Amino acid sequence: MPPRQPTAPHADSGPLVPRSRSDLFLSFTWLALQGFGGVLAIVQRELVEKKRWLTREQFLEDWAVAQIMPGPNVVNLSLMIGDRFFGLSGALAALAGMLAAPLCLVLLMAALYGSVADTAAAQGALRGMGAVAAGLVTATGIKLIAALDKNALGLATCIALAALTFVAIALLRWPLIWVLLGIGGVACLWAYRVLGRQPEPRS
Amino acid sequence: MTITLTPGDWLALCQHLASLSLLAVGGAITTAPDMHRYLVGQQGWLTDAQFTSSIAISQAAPGPNVLFVALLGWNLGLNAGGGPAAGWPAWGLALMGVALSLVAIMLPSSVLTYTATRWAHRNRELRSVRAFKTGMAPIVIALLIATGWLLSATHNQPARDWRLWLLTAVSIVLVWRTRIHLLWLIGTGALLGALGWV
Repeated sequence: MPPRQPTAPHADSGPLVPRSRSDLFLSFTWLALQGFGGVLAIVQRELVEKKRWLTREQFLEDWAVAQIMPGPNVVNLSLMIGDRFFGLSGALAALAGMLAAPLCLVLLMAALYGSVADTAAAQGALRGMGAVAAGLVTATGIKLIAALDKNALGLATCIALAALTFVAIALLRWPLIWVLLGIGGVACLWAYRVLGRQPEPRS
Repeated sequence: MTITLTPGDWLALCQHLASLSLLAVGGAITTAPDMHRYLVGQQGWLTDAQFTSSIAISQAAPGPNVLFVALLGWNLGLNAGGGPAAGWPAWGLALMGVALSLVAIMLPSSVLTYTATRWAHRNRELRSVRAFKTGMAPIVIALLIATGWLLSATHNQPARDWRLWLLTAVSIVLVWRTRIHLLWLIGTGALLGALGWV
């Protein structure tokens, strides 16, 4: 990432960094264990808002790359964030943190599953957690809209692109790969033109 | 269910998962239909119920949803060892199934991502790299909001599901506007559901 001043609400200090690889490992373990129904909302809350290892803009950029590369998105994101601070060993520490504890837990749940799977309470709890998880991921998206203010495309264009993408995925149910290549491709080409006209877009 | 797996079968499993790894744009869960076709349909290594419960458990547990692949490997190993009743040999094979399937589904995509993102980071001032990040930002935000929408849209009967939608809406406002710890929200959702209120 180019060095960049963090924006509000981080205006008081620069971005912070993890103290060590174990800090990275433990932080990722902690956020993975909170990630019911998706880890992404937790990553945004913990790493951007609380620990301030990333700015909102850096998080958005990393998430875009993690999304378009093959493989589990959160695994990709862990590798990228870990690598940013400590290179390969940091990437592996973050990845191990993201996977180790949840893996043990999920195996334990699989071993115990038979006895509670059919009870109404267990199914109800799953339903309730699912509804909250839907809220978490939506709110994460809404909060990141603020990061578009600094986008070289301009806010109006960004909102139009976002609206198109939402319609294609949520309402028309188009396959993700075509949306990324289609709308995403047009957006990137457009950004390429805009950036060519204004070499210093973030004045 | 009991099956016999030769070393060649294990290798075939790894090959299948490794090739899906590179196709998993948009997350590992997008390759689940093809895993089902291969493991349940073509090879008959897992039952339908084992496949479905592996996905359900991994969704209910915290952590990345790629762990459903670990559970598929777990069940596969159990089946190959003669089922849970067979004792330690079966558990041992189950753990081997976990290790092999996780490595196979993650290694190819992780190596590719790691290499590609290092390149992009070294060349972050390139106009094309900046254009990619600038152009993708609004798309990514829309994908997040669309994911929330799709998770809610599976509940589509207003008379029965309005309380779930209300719970989702309240969660959105609380996460957006307050700094309340997310675990409180998840716990409240689980409690309301277990009591049968949503």
